Amino acid sequence: MGFPVLSLTTFLPILGALLVMALPGEDEATKRNARWIALWTTLVTFAISLLLVANFDAGSAEFQFVEKRPWLGGAINYHMGVDGISLPFVILTTGLMPLCIIASWQAIERRVKEYMVAFLVLETLMVGTFSALDLVLFYLFFEGGLIPMFLIIGVWGGPRRVYASFKFFLYTLAGSVLMLLAIMAMYWEAGTTDIPTLMRHGFPAGMQTWLWLAFFASFAVKLPMWPVHTWLPDAHVEAPTAGSVILAAILLKMGGYGFLRFSLPMFPLASQEFAPLVFALSVVAIVYTSLVALVQEDMKKLIAYSSVAHMGFVTMGIFAATTQGVAGGIFQMISHGLVSGALFLCVGVVYDRMHTREIAAYGGLVNRMPVYAAVFMLFTMANVGLPGTSGFIGEFLTLMGTFKVNTWVATLATTGTILSAAYALWLYRRIIFGRLEKPSLAGILDMDRREILVFAPLVALTLLFGFYPKPVLDMSSASVSALIETYQSGLKAPRNVAAVK
Amino acid sequence: MYQAIVLLPLLGAILAGIIAIAGARARHPGGSPAPGAENHADNAHAGGHGAGASALHADIAHASSHHAADGHGHAAEPPAQGSRAAELITSTLLVISAILSWIAFVRIGFQQEDMRVALFPWIVSGELQVDWALRIDSLTAVMLVVVTTVSALVHIYSIGYMAEDPHRPRFFAYLSLFTFAMLALVTSDNLAQLFFGWEGVGLASYLLIGFWYQRPSANAAAIKAFIVNRVGDFGFALGIFALFALTSSINFDAVFAEGPVLANKTMHFLSWEASALTLVCILLFMGAMGKSAQFLLHTWLPDAMEGPTPVSALIHAATMVTAGVFMVARLSPLFEYSPTALAVVTFFGATTAFFAATVGLVQNDIKRIIAYSTCSQLGYMFVAMGVGAYSVGMFHLFTHAFFKALLFLGSGSVILAMHHEQDIRLMGGLKDKIPVTYWMMVIGTLALTGFPLTAGYFSKDAIIEAAYAGKNPMAVYGFGLTLIAAALTSFYSWRLVFKTFHGAPHDRHHYEHAKESPAVMLVPLALLAVGSLAAGLMFRDIFTGHGVAEFFRDSLKFAEGNHVLEDMHHVPTFVALLPTVMMLIGFAVAYDFYLRRPEAPVRLAEQHALLYRFLLNKWYFDELYEVLFVRPALRLGRLLWKGGDGYVIDGFGPDGVSARVIDVTRGVVRLQTGYLYHYAFAMLIGVAALITWFMFGGAH
Repeated sequence: MGFPVLSLTTFLPILGALLVMALPGEDEATKRNARWIALWTTLVTFAISLLLVANFDAGSAEFQFVEKRPWLGGAINYHMGVDGISLPFVILTTGLMPLCIIASWQAIERRVKEYMVAFLVLETLMVGTFSALDLVLFYLFFEGGLIPMFLIIGVWGGPRRVYASFKFFLYTLAGSVLMLLAIMAMYWEAGTTDIPTLMRHGFPAGMQTWLWLAFFASFAVKLPMWPVHTWLPDAHVEAPTAGSVILAAILLKMGGYGFLRFSLPMFPLASQEFAPLVFALSVVAIVYTSLVALVQEDMKKLIAYSSVAHMGFVTMGIFAATTQGVAGGIFQMISHGLVSGALFLCVGVVYDRMHTREIAAYGGLVNRMPVYAAVFMLFTMANVGLPGTSGFIGEFLTLMGTFKVNTWVATLATTGTILSAAYALWLYRRIIFGRLEKPSLAGILDMDRREILVFAPLVALTLLFGFYPKPVLDMSSASVSALIETYQSGLKAPRNVAAVK
Repeated sequence: MYQAIVLLPLLGAILAGIIAIAGARARHPGGSPAPGAENHADNAHAGGHGAGASALHADIAHASSHHAADGHGHAAEPPAQGSRAAELITSTLLVISAILSWIAFVRIGFQQEDMRVALFPWIVSGELQVDWALRIDSLTAVMLVVVTTVSALVHIYSIGYMAEDPHRPRFFAYLSLFTFAMLALVTSDNLAQLFFGWEGVGLASYLLIGFWYQRPSANAAAIKAFIVNRVGDFGFALGIFALFALTSSINFDAVFAEGPVLANKTMHFLSWEASALTLVCILLFMGAMGKSAQFLLHTWLPDAMEGPTPVSALIHAATMVTAGVFMVARLSPLFEYSPTALAVVTFFGATTAFFAATVGLVQNDIKRIIAYSTCSQLGYMFVAMGVGAYSVGMFHLFTHAFFKALLFLGSGSVILAMHHEQDIRLMGGLKDKIPVTYWMMVIGTLALTGFPLTAGYFSKDAIIEAAYAGKNPMAVYGFGLTLIAAALTSFYSWRLVFKTFHGAPHDRHHYEHAKESPAVMLVPLALLAVGSLAAGLMFRDIFTGHGVAEFFRDSLKFAEGNHVLEDMHHVPTFVALLPTVMMLIGFAVAYDFYLRRPEAPVRLAEQHALLYRFLLNKWYFDELYEVLFVRPALRLGRLLWKGGDGYVIDGFGPDGVSARVIDVTRGVVRLQTGYLYHYAFAMLIGVAALITWFMFGGAH
């Protein structure tokens, strides 16, 4: 078993959170210390998580860095491990965290200590979600992650935060109750909550349908899929910048990860049966939300709707269940994590200066903010899926993988590439181009060094993965092949009788 | 060497880009947002910062000077630091790249050194294996020469043309970025890299059309160009996916080998069964239609003239817009086996050639006339492709690059002399004020209209002959329309020359101040003029004569039974003479209308007011698309947002539920703090129940 690197990555942020909590008072020194402790904790966590990458065997589809200890009287195991599907998400999480802390450096002035604690706890729960190999453990991390997010929106959010949190709450509660029932049923049927075992279990066809639907309810809300997406724009609009970044970059990905970890390998028959439903919802999401994005007047809402459209490509690719579709779905999620995260940070830059997200309040920023204009342009193009940016690879692969399965779906989804160009360029034009005529903007200043520091890694990775996506694709390729193999064999050998206990 | 040709412009773009950003940064330093950002009351964010306050004053002065400036908008702004360095770096690198390209042209074309240079892997997923690679063959070589030569000349010309612009480093960075993307396009070895170059030139085009970002019209044109191109790329992308679904590869060699096989296959697409190859070719051709501004997807090209004139010459005349033609030539091993797809290509090419020429007849903006002319000439090239005379189409692409770049850069020289006036109705009599420019424009016009022995004479007439000799069902249509368009071309080209340079000046003020452009602009014009005169005679053998097979070898595919290259040399004499006759008719009418009886065209326009308005308004395509696509999309978006999301989903979903919940919980729990506890509580109950069940009930 060796050194528990994975547990360390998961729980180190909690340690940092305890340290921050131990700070006395609420004066300037405490705020500063809280920020620095949080930053160092996330940086060290990131460094440790890179050890996972360094020692990861990409040729193997097995779970690696596995830790397994009996827990809660032996009924459940503390079972952790990562494979090529979960590791990219772990790294995305640990990598974005320090950037979020830096981005919040000056934007958050109130209750800094609590804010940092919430973020650090959130990090633990997110990493835990992606590396849990026991259903109950997964459920704890998965649902627990919502609590700090809830607080971040509810305490540090905008004026309509109560409405936004309530919506968020209602949607996720509905999903999680069903998932909990499904988990119980799975234990009843298979006698274990061990995820690798369950993947090989082969649930009876009739049961798969119900289990699939229960999990789908939870993941579809999280992702979010149309029509359960309406909580997302509100949550984004009210969340503070870093909260939006985490929400878009990582929390949404839990839904996609769930499909890959549970729905496809454990319920292949149901996945195939329901694929048309997923396709339909995905296509509607892509076209519908792109059209809606076109008419938004709030920057964050526009980007939030575009997120829903981009997640449509993910679900479509995953349920196409072809190599390109699934690999593209994973890549799209990682890329979207970088790009949408960066776009929300872009909104944050001007929001911190002008305190409004209304598109009409801006215009002509390029005249005073050249660096900002250049950075925003890059991420706009990545959002549009221009080849040479990471956004292209995911879209291209998912569409390619889907075309083989269903040409209608792929064709309709491809129209999304036209619409995304329309809303993204129109947004950019209204904010950045034109004359700088509004008196309120006359004194606006370009990004400072701290902000450039936040964007630099995102810019570099967006371009790197655009030209050389191999690191991500290679990391996941063995696991993707194994997943598709499991899925295919699950389709071939359906068990119609109940499992022998 | 080939890596250098492609990557030197990229290097130039990066260096100029760094200079541009560093310079802009120096002028507009960054600053932290004011603390207390959460408090909405705090609006005086510049207050605490000395730098911010002073910058504020500077910029108010700055902004007011913008309003005072002329149409150009930034005359008052000082030039960016490092402008000279950026110009020199990018231009030098481009010249080196151009020289290397000519060496490569000789080596590949005549010494037959084809090769494939693999760089590094790009997208690898399952059976999909795509590399960054350079495919070096004769077709590539022709494009390399065209792209780098015109680009180098345009770079040099721009040093003069953009001399007063304050954003030169940015301009040159964009130009070089464009050149890199275009080179990546023409050297691609697979469809994904082709798509990369394709969208890359689209990006550069978008940036350059919108270069003067303070003009709303430039921004609108830039977005329009990008989106209309995306419509074409929608088809292109589907074509790639279809090809991958059929052959499990998108590398040219693998795909081309399947060409004849695919011709006999069918494929299920949407709800009908289509011939696989025809489907693929037509989808891919949709991309070509967008990029090359063919009929129905042409609307962006005239608007693209909002960009600086050197950009119009390089991107919207000589190189980028010909990418669609190049694509069909590159994919000739596929198109060649699909007669239906070729007929479609011919149809759209011929229609565009005719349509754009009719619109060009009545336009008054000097650049728009040439833009429609470009559109029309691209149609000619597609006609050649459609009848299977790929090398002839490439020939016209090659010669057109010279004379169209010459015409655009020449008109740039006119525009500069006229202080950015582009309306030819306000010009006239400029012949004596700017004689060098005048003669350059005349040479360009001679070449475009196909005056004997000029470049256009060989290439355009060859297309008309090939259309006559062509076998596909649309060939006759192509022949007829290209022939009529030849007369129209001659008419509008000479109309432009006569109205601009001859007759009496219509704007005394501009006329008096008009002066000849500097040498840095005239030398590139002269070099292009040489090309416009000589390129046809020099290279006709390798493009249309007996040298085709030896020069192009495998890079163009002529299937058995495709004898168009042979047959076109045996057309009846009257067919060979007809284009020249048409050219003379066009010239004669233009001469009569604009030099002898200037009142005649006015009278004609009045007599046929309906037709005149129809042409002047470009067949009302913009209006039609506005009504058909733009407005419905926005209306639908609003409906879905307010109606779909707001009323239906939220109304019956969370809002409806929350209203009930609020009814129940009102007065019991304080809502603001309630949700979190609800949630935590629900989850804890759930977990507790789960654990209890595991430990006691669930044990087997």
